[in-house]
Amino acid sequence: MSNDMISTPASVLGEAMEAAPAAPTPGDLNDELIRTDVWTDEMLVRAGIPIVDVAFVSCGGGMGSFVLSDYLRIAGVDTSQIRILSNLDHPWQTYEYLTKVSQIPRTERLRSDSQGMPDCLWGFPSYALREARKEKKLFPIWNVLTEPILADYWTPRAGTVFAGLEKEVARTRYNEMLVMGQVRMVRRRNGGGYFTILTPPPGSTPTRRIAYRSQYVHLAIGYPGLKFLPDLQEYRTKYNDLAHTVNAYEPHEHIYEGLLNKPGTVLVRGGGIVASRVLQRLMDDRERKGAQTQILHLFRTYYSGRHNKWGFAKRRGAYGFAFQGFNAPKSAWGGQHIQQMLKLEGKARKDLYDLTGGAHTPYRKYWLDQMKRGRDQGWYHTYQGEVVDVKPSANGDGVVTTIRQNNGSTATLEANIILDCTGLEADIREHRIYADLLDHSGAGRNPLGRLDVDPSFEARGTRSGNGRLYASGSATYGGYFAGVDTFLGLQLSAQRITDDLAAQGFGTRIGVGRSVSNWWKWMRHKQI
Amino acid sequence: MIPTLNGRIQTRIFLLLFIGIPWTLIVTPFLPNQRDLTGGGLLDTYKTTFSVLGIVLVLAVFGWELLYHFAQQFRWEKDWPVMFTFFLVIPEAIVAKIVFNALDIGIKFNATATNATFWWHIVTTWMVMWLFVLGPIKVLFIRWRFNGGRIFF
Ligand SMILES: Cc1cc2nc3c(=O)[nH]c(=O)nc-3n(C[C@H](O)[C@H](O)[C@H](O)COP(=O)(O)OP(=O)(O)OC[C@H]3O[C@@H](n4cnc5c(N)ncnc54)[C@H](O)[C@@H]3O)c2cc1C
Repeated sequence: MSNDMISTPASVLGEAMEAAPAAPTPGDLNDELIRTDVWTDEMLVRAGIPIVDVAFVSCGGGMGSFVLSDYLRIAGVDTSQIRILSNLDHPWQTYEYLTKVSQIPRTERLRSDSQGMPDCLWGFPSYALREARKEKKLFPIWNVLTEPILADYWTPRAGTVFAGLEKEVARTRYNEMLVMGQVRMVRRRNGGGYFTILTPPPGSTPTRRIAYRSQYVHLAIGYPGLKFLPDLQEYRTKYNDLAHTVNAYEPHEHIYEGLLNKPGTVLVRGGGIVASRVLQRLMDDRERKGAQTQILHLFRTYYSGRHNKWGFAKRRGAYGFAFQGFNAPKSAWGGQHIQQMLKLEGKARKDLYDLTGGAHTPYRKYWLDQMKRGRDQGWYHTYQGEVVDVKPSANGDGVVTTIRQNNGSTATLEANIILDCTGLEADIREHRIYADLLDHSGAGRNPLGRLDVDPSFEARGTRSGNGRLYASGSATYGGYFAGVDTFLGLQLSAQRITDDLAAQGFGTRIGVGRSVSNWWKWMRHKQI
Repeated sequence: MIPTLNGRIQTRIFLLLFIGIPWTLIVTPFLPNQRDLTGGGLLDTYKTTFSVLGIVLVLAVFGWELLYHFAQQFRWEKDWPVMFTFFLVIPEAIVAKIVFNALDIGIKFNATATNATFWWHIVTTWMVMWLFVLGPIKVLFIRWRFNGGRIFF
């Protein structure tokens, strides 16, 4: 991992598993394997790497792997035919970590709506009904029936989602399919299918690596990496100052605590939902706990009104923010947006991404009211500009950011802390598995530079005989479907993959009968 | 809901055929009527209520859904909030009633139906269809929500 990446528990775990052993261990990759694009069974035998046979392998073991395994189990695939290779104990581990540090503890509400239900293939009964029943309130139901016209989108509590996942993990016997370890690479196999090389936790197996020989492979390894903004990274390296710049995806509770004890100025960067969350935390602390924080907020693109026309409609914007309920226009999850995307290639597709993507945040009255109070009372200020330079302040207690504004003038912003909320994602090549796939297995890039997949989420160019390699999640952003990095998006991808597999005879196509009977089992928490 | 035009029309046809028809079969005997007065039978009332379904279907497929699709283009998300569908029974029922009267359907089948027959039938059928779309349809057709409302092709 390069040093401009933010480490998460999973990346730390993974690196530990991958670390070179103290003494040479048997059954390791050799030059022949590393050099050769398509492997024969004999090559692995020569390297002394044991081979495990299984029909289907999913790499990652996060939300994407879980959702697909759920689909496959409901399509009648037995646990013995699936192996999930992961460095996580449970699928929501990385997700919970990232939401928690970015200010969504279990009691707070997520961004996705009532039907983005990773624990329920049908999305019915929705989270709103679940919370209404559990808390004996009608409000959530009223909200989902009138949104987004009379109310802001209703979204579930993080805790509701995790509790549901825990049940579904047990119901589908997920743990029987889980194998712990770090996936090193996937290569095509001479004669069809793939080899997936797993590095199990040190000392747990006699050989350093194990090869999974499978007809199908699914990659759901999450973010290739989360990055610091280049200018902040440069600052960190140049001045060796880690105390005054922090990324929202790093643990940074100490910053909020520090601000309660000693008033300070914070510069928030970014115009997406993470910025909204962090602002809420800073403002809540101010309004409820007496913090005296001054908040400066820098947008690279500042929206002051409606912008970006799509169809006959323009997107709402105000006070810097662009407003959009979810990661993409709602119709990306199956409606007109994806329909239109399916006809677009290359630049035309990128253009629609530019038009309907970018940084944006949901419209929530609470946030807007709070920011208005901040502006009126003079403790919240917004700016537009490109950062030209970041330097330590003269007194050594902060950072000075120089920006160039759209009108050509420059300005300086002085703050004690810079909080990077831009959520910059690394190039897919930063992840070893994708780099290997691009170099050795024929995978290509889509118009946004990420992994090119077809409408069934098969990675184009990687087909191997009767084998298929699929991918889902953020790495496939830039494909026909813009909502890939969401629960509902993982479900849409899983459905397309499951259908594609069923067409090849792996699992049964989920028709009306199978769907209804499995839904009934789901309702009764009956294990499958 | 995030329908495409094709999806809208398919969903509407499905709802009228598979929810509207069974519901009409069940509810017609219980609707307010003037069979006693005019001497017509239950069959006449059935003929009336089924004609109403037919009118609603034709108006929807060749009119309303096209109009809604057009209106949807003015929404950034290209979605169709469930609340819209709830209230759209009002204009749809009014126009259907105008057509119903113009075609003299009330009178044709021994005039067993009254205004109340019409309104109770159309409003309850609409509500059953609306509730069906909120949840159960997703259990029957797992691809429905990811295909913009398409069901058949
Ligand atoms: C702060 C935040 C909030 C979000 N909120 C929402 C929301 O409200 N609603 C919504 O729908 N979506 C939300 N998302 C987006 C998305 O749904 C989640 O990020 C989801 O976890 C993505 O699933 P995934 O499988 O792609 O990645 P993950 O859940 O991260 O799973 C992938 C995992 O694979 C493992 N892995 C990686 N490399 C290897 C390897 N070499 N070997 C073995 N294992 C490996 C890692 O442990 C990694 O965590 C949010 C994302 C973030 C960051």
